[in-house]
Amino acid sequence: MKRTASLPAVEGGMGFLPRVPVAVWGGLAGILAVAFVLELSLGSVLMPVKTVAAILLGNEDVPEGLRQIVLLFRLPRALTAMLAGAALSVSGLKMQTLFRNPLADPFVLGISAGASLGVALVVMAVGGLGGILLFEKGGVTGSVSLILAATLGAVIVLIVILGIAGKVESNLTLLIIGLMFGYISSSLVHILMQFTREHQMQSYIVWTFGSFGSVTWRQMTVFAPVLVAGLALAWILAKPLNAFLLGEGYARSMGVNVRSARFWIVLGSSLLAGTVTAYCGPIGFLGIAVPHLSRLLLRTSDHRVLVPAVILVGATLALVADLISQVPGTKIVLPLNAVTALIGAPVVIGMILRRRHVMES
Amino acid sequence: MADFSFLETHELSIGYTHPGNVLTAVVTGISTVLRPGEFVCLLGPNGAGKSTLIRTLCGMQPPLAGTVCLGGMPLEGFSARTLAQRMSLVLTQRIAVGMMQVATLVALGRHPYTDWAGRLRREDEEAVWRAIADVGIEALADRPVCELSDGERQKALIARALAQEPEIMILDEATAYLDLPRRVELMHLLGRLAHTGNRTILLSTHDLDLALRCADRLWLLPAGGPLLNGIPEDLVLCDAFGRTFAGAGVQFDKGSGAFTLNNTPCGTVALRGSGVPGMWTCRALERAGYRVAMDGKAKVCVEVLEDNGGTAWRIVDDGKRHPSLEDLLAGLAQRRNSSKERS
Repeated sequence: MKRTASLPAVEGGMGFLPRVPVAVWGGLAGILAVAFVLELSLGSVLMPVKTVAAILLGNEDVPEGLRQIVLLFRLPRALTAMLAGAALSVSGLKMQTLFRNPLADPFVLGISAGASLGVALVVMAVGGLGGILLFEKGGVTGSVSLILAATLGAVIVLIVILGIAGKVESNLTLLIIGLMFGYISSSLVHILMQFTREHQMQSYIVWTFGSFGSVTWRQMTVFAPVLVAGLALAWILAKPLNAFLLGEGYARSMGVNVRSARFWIVLGSSLLAGTVTAYCGPIGFLGIAVPHLSRLLLRTSDHRVLVPAVILVGATLALVADLISQVPGTKIVLPLNAVTALIGAPVVIGMILRRRHVMES
Repeated sequence: MADFSFLETHELSIGYTHPGNVLTAVVTGISTVLRPGEFVCLLGPNGAGKSTLIRTLCGMQPPLAGTVCLGGMPLEGFSARTLAQRMSLVLTQRIAVGMMQVATLVALGRHPYTDWAGRLRREDEEAVWRAIADVGIEALADRPVCELSDGERQKALIARALAQEPEIMILDEATAYLDLPRRVELMHLLGRLAHTGNRTILLSTHDLDLALRCADRLWLLPAGGPLLNGIPEDLVLCDAFGRTFAGAGVQFDKGSGAFTLNNTPCGTVALRGSGVPGMWTCRALERAGYRVAMDGKAKVCVEVLEDNGGTAWRIVDDGKRHPSLEDLLAGLAQRRNSSKERS
């Protein structure tokens, strides 16, 4: 080795972990905090921020009705939105990196299609048996039977995909097999639809709209820890994810155990996407758009920075989308999925047209 | 096993395993050595198995038979991490890392040395800067990779491979997509990196001419094998080089060190003239399909005239002066046509 090289002056100007100014992190966290407070105070009943703060601080003087709205409905809803937004976005980020495809999202491996199939089966079957369990409080999406069905569907697809992920050589093969699973599941759903009565179809369709409003505090005890664990796993995997940016060949040559790294990436990503889908329905757009927005915002592809950034941006956007879908001050509720796509797709199109390089990342 | 040889193969067979355990061997019986401090080019016609050999040597594909040893130990005995500390790669595939900066890309090469979080210690940062300086891309260090030209990107990838501090570096067609000056620059860079760092560098390439001029050693892989190992000039003189690439209508001319077309449909032309104008006149005539006789024995004779600082050409027996080679070739063609009509 040549030992003569002294450290060039340029080193002082930049590190290898992209320097993200504290102000950017502060700004992202600040926007998230604002969205969180708005989510708690806006809804069909509009509440001043002061009242919300008083309720959160445990002030007993606030009318019981308002306290209940915030503590029993809006707080778990806000937490659900933040966790789900972060989870879907991180899951999408990992899929985009693993498959080196800017259009990959949390559902490319058929996770949501599997969950949909599970839900469709339950809706149709239970409908046939007389509608037991189906319409509990909180509507279709929150019912225990649907969560179980969606989880089961997602887990079955996950197990098959993980089995394949450990066997095949190339990520591309895995991607194509995942896509094919998606097609098979959706065509099975369509076939089921053919033999379904209208009101059952209606409950399935409502599930596909997606909602953050159906996770109760009790369900939160499962929902939150699973997602937090999944997010932590993504953070731990930042190093191999960075290596995968160069493709499998380079990753292997840099000492990454490709099969095991891929296994953990797929497991973490599917766990996040599967859990969110089970509790909130198949929520689109966030998983594909947030990673792009974060990359453009922070000008980096380094996952040690991107994972936390994507968590903040994803949580914020999910809150904003939920706020819009509730059309504050009215009784109207728009389908969440429609809102995420309507506000998100134009943003992504604009960003991508302005900076073409995003398609490279 | 000699301890000075870093990478050796023993009776290596390379090829593919098809479903049902059917083996297709591409080349068999490869026993050769890569020594430290040498820049070796792997050359061979398309389909001879260059890429398969490269993939087998770096452990991306198992050998059908025989072994690949690094420092006396079979490749399969290494963990991915320890192998990565001794061998690094530059692959053909284009990378798409978006807004990653060059220094960050190079720092990825420290992957096999860093902890689970990928934190760079002082010595890692030093290795990264050494690699950047060795390749000479200090000025690019904070540029995003997506803004680099092909040549700059290739250098950045070489720096990344260097940052792995390998004993052996393998490059698969790393000079593809580059223009000629960039290829020359890259070949010299690789030679220098091998010599000054006492590393082994193996490059598979289609740049026969550059490889002949720059490589310390050639590995020739003719279709069907066997692998021939020697210094470029020896391989040319013993005709191994010419035989490896011989094809219909093309042959290697030892005299000029270049490939020539066999067919000379336009007959023979004698050439009087020397120096640079003579050389380019010869090339123009050969390209147009003439065989050039330097001894002056042919019916038609072309003379290079150098007067008053300008160059002109004359077909000796008609005396007409041609101000450019284009004009000369037109004149020769006219002459052939009229002689055809007469006969």
